[in-house]
Amino acid sequence: MNTKVISLVSVGAHPTSGRARRAEQDSRAVELGLQLAGGELRVLHAGDANEPALRAYMGMGLDSLHVLENPAGSDALPALADYLRDAGAQVVLTGSQAETGEGSGMLPFLLAEKLGWPVIVGLAEVESISNGVAHVLQALPRGQRRRLKVRLPMLATVDNAAPKPRQSAYGPAQRGTFDVDEVEIVEDELFASAALQAAKPRPKRLKVIKAKSGADRMKAATAKASGGGGQVLKGVSAEEGAAAILKLLVEEGVVR
Amino acid sequence: MSAIIRRDPRAEWIVRNRLHPLHAAMQPVQGSWMGPNGVIRKNPHVGAFIGPNGVKRIDRSGAQQGGGSKRGAAVEVHLPLHRVAEPAFYVAVVPDMVGGRLSSHDRDVLGLAHRLAGSDGAVLAIVFGEHKESAFDTAGVDRLLVLDGGEFEGYAPEQRVHGLRAVDNQFDPRHWLVPDSRSGGGELGRRFAASLGERPATRVWQIKDGECIGRAGAGQQDIARALPRLILAAAECAEPVDETRHEALPVQLSTAVARSLPRIEDLGAVAVDPAAIPMAEAEFIFSGGNGVKDWELFHRTAAALGATEGASRVAVDDGFMGRDRQVGASGTWVTARVYVAVGISGAIQHLQGIGACDKVIAINLDAGCDMIKRADLSVIGESAAILQALIAAMAAYRNEAKRDAA
Repeated sequence: MNTKVISLVSVGAHPTSGRARRAEQDSRAVELGLQLAGGELRVLHAGDANEPALRAYMGMGLDSLHVLENPAGSDALPALADYLRDAGAQVVLTGSQAETGEGSGMLPFLLAEKLGWPVIVGLAEVESISNGVAHVLQALPRGQRRRLKVRLPMLATVDNAAPKPRQSAYGPAQRGTFDVDEVEIVEDELFASAALQAAKPRPKRLKVIKAKSGADRMKAATAKASGGGGQVLKGVSAEEGAAAILKLLVEEGVVR
Repeated sequence: MSAIIRRDPRAEWIVRNRLHPLHAAMQPVQGSWMGPNGVIRKNPHVGAFIGPNGVKRIDRSGAQQGGGSKRGAAVEVHLPLHRVAEPAFYVAVVPDMVGGRLSSHDRDVLGLAHRLAGSDGAVLAIVFGEHKESAFDTAGVDRLLVLDGGEFEGYAPEQRVHGLRAVDNQFDPRHWLVPDSRSGGGELGRRFAASLGERPATRVWQIKDGECIGRAGAGQQDIARALPRLILAAAECAEPVDETRHEALPVQLSTAVARSLPRIEDLGAVAVDPAAIPMAEAEFIFSGGNGVKDWELFHRTAAALGATEGASRVAVDDGFMGRDRQVGASGTWVTARVYVAVGISGAIQHLQGIGACDKVIAINLDAGCDMIKRADLSVIGESAAILQALIAAMAAYRNEAKRDAA
């Protein structure tokens, strides 16, 4: 396949130690890009080129990584949009949200809005690309998949349903080179008014029982789970019972 | 029936009248009698009744005799109606409506919207396509806007954003609230935000004094900021509405929704291997227990229905199913939308495991077991015959669908 693919990557943070690492979902985007385009894949980062964690992406088998030099706390969107507009890519892959900073997950949608491209959420697999149209599988909650037909060029975000990223090798990671571009710096106005703080653990929701009397409270505390009087079919033939079950399954939309 | 104790003069009269044909049947159960060895025996259950406060009372006056007190379940509580005749402003909510019903996340977001609306504003819920929900009033919906039409069916995020923009033009809500969930809300909210050009607050879990706090990054940090117009709220962001009833008045869009050529076309769901879906997040589980005798038939039925297989502890202990398939307290706590229990009597540990399930169907021989009390639909009978019939019905259903498609 000679599709031009660009993966957008960011610097992640380890969930426990908070150390910089390759971001989990972005490395999945790189993996999917490598499966689609092989060595032709281009990987783009907007941020600091001196970040050593970025080398972990090159350890997945890339010769170079393109960096749009952007200081921390600035808006990456204009630089990325300008770059992608002229890059001529067919498919742009990103993770669904960053692991550091605001992490709102808005970037792919804002980019798509600026470029006028369609955006797909939760890309799991690209089945075929032909005549400017891609057939892709989208991951849904509960392990389900949906087939979509999308006009190219498109933007797609990947989440944990995408293929697992390959291991990053140390040697290629050190040999890889950075292509650094200077871009215009746009300040992000959010951090002028809001500040990041350590996450407060959220209180567990308590089951509040609003009962008027002690007996009601006792009943609520000791009651068994019950559906509250379902339909009981007794003395019906097996066929009638099966028909009733199938009717409910079809109503609920679980039988296809 | 109310909880108030009422006298039944007719029953009392029958008890006094020895010649009445119902006299014997209406006799109160004897409280004490002489046993065969000359010892007085007492029945401690006689004469006790549940008082108006739900406390057990023993009446020794004899006034309660005659038919006994007949009392049904407690009357349904009528919550006070919250009415907003002339809304000063709107707070718009776009619930996920997974399976056509409000999810618990949707209810939390509606609770948050109700708090933001106060007494002057109205909560406007926007629902796309067909729905099966009947409890919009107790969930806190003041105005209900159903955007119906073929263009919103299936996966049509771009068309839905057009719909929301039309709502935004007409009602100009003070706040937009969308559940930040994977089942559609998170995506739709972000698309809508990008289309409006407004910066939303995402993963918001607390709103207090005009400020909102949401998770940032990978969940290690919080970000506090002034309350924006567009809020993507996390689960359990507020308590759901439970003290008021709302009008849920239907409203209409005055203008037609703009239509655009879809760039994303939905080609429908893809069949996935149900065994590969993790039990905890499977949507449809077909579970077998001690009452299943023919396991080969059970597996065939699960395959015919396309359901993920589960089992009770007994079936696992007996070696019919793997340990990873066990549902219940010591196995997996499942969240299926539809759970079919075949030959499972419903031990409390098992019922705990299926507590989050939406619809439970039971197939059982014993009509008095706990699973039947929990189930929404129960079929009493031999499981083998019902499973056979289910396979046949399923084959007929598929044939019919194929003929319709052809």
